[in-house]
Amino acid sequence: MTLEERCIPVKVDLDIVLARVEGRNLAKELGFGTIDQARIATAISELARNVVLYAPEGKVTLRAIISDNGERGIEVVCEDTGPGIADVELVMQDGYSTSSGLGMGLPGTKRLMDEFELETELGVGTKVTVRKWLK
Amino acid sequence: MEVPRIPILQIEDYLVASIQMALHDTAATRFRDDLLARIYETKARGLILDLTAVDVVDSFLARLTGDIAAMAGLMGTTVVITGLQPEVAVTLVELGVELKGVTTALNLEKGIAALRRMVGEGKHP
Repeated sequence: MTLEERCIPVKVDLDIVLARVEGRNLAKELGFGTIDQARIATAISELARNVVLYAPEGKVTLRAIISDNGERGIEVVCEDTGPGIADVELVMQDGYSTSSGLGMGLPGTKRLMDEFELETELGVGTKVTVRKWLK
Repeated sequence: MEVPRIPILQIEDYLVASIQMALHDTAATRFRDDLLARIYETKARGLILDLTAVDVVDSFLARLTGDIAAMAGLMGTTVVITGLQPEVAVTLVELGVELKGVTTALNLEKGIAALRRMVGEGKHP
């Protein structure tokens, strides 16, 4: 269930900073500690950067969520209208990159968060959903 | 778009730059170029890059930091990174980013001491 929702359009590198600042603020409001705040902000940074690098535009949606058994958490959905990912297994490997990046973005983001889902369609776009639960 | 600039201070033979704001990629890349230009101008023997006020180091900024150390090293200037916050250290390791070949110190004071040792000044007080 969604309690609150904020949406940040992502097109240029400045938007990456805006998205992660909003994400950190929401995480802080929800009661996440500083290390989890940094994990969430870093994950948003990695996801939003993929949009800027590979897609014409996209958006980051931040949600305060509550699970069926009452756990509270944060959900970050990053979706773009980019080219999509041809080989998902390959991009989830550490060190694989088609840009000048480190290739740690997606596998690193998965390690930083509790849940990670990736949906992609060639020529349509990519949607990554990550969640972190308050413990 | 206005690109914020980070002050680069000179103390004796060293340069000190402290990042005090959230840098977007363009500003971070500009900062790298500014630093290298200042190293060339001042012939600094060492550079302290202070990250005390930085709350997020993503893979881009991590790569840039490593690049700065490597590029300054090629020019003959030793770089020490100081003040990495605990949460930044945690996220860098979880992200899988290793700052290979980069010297780090807990704070500015220890950073200066490390730099002095590395450039050999400690031997002649």
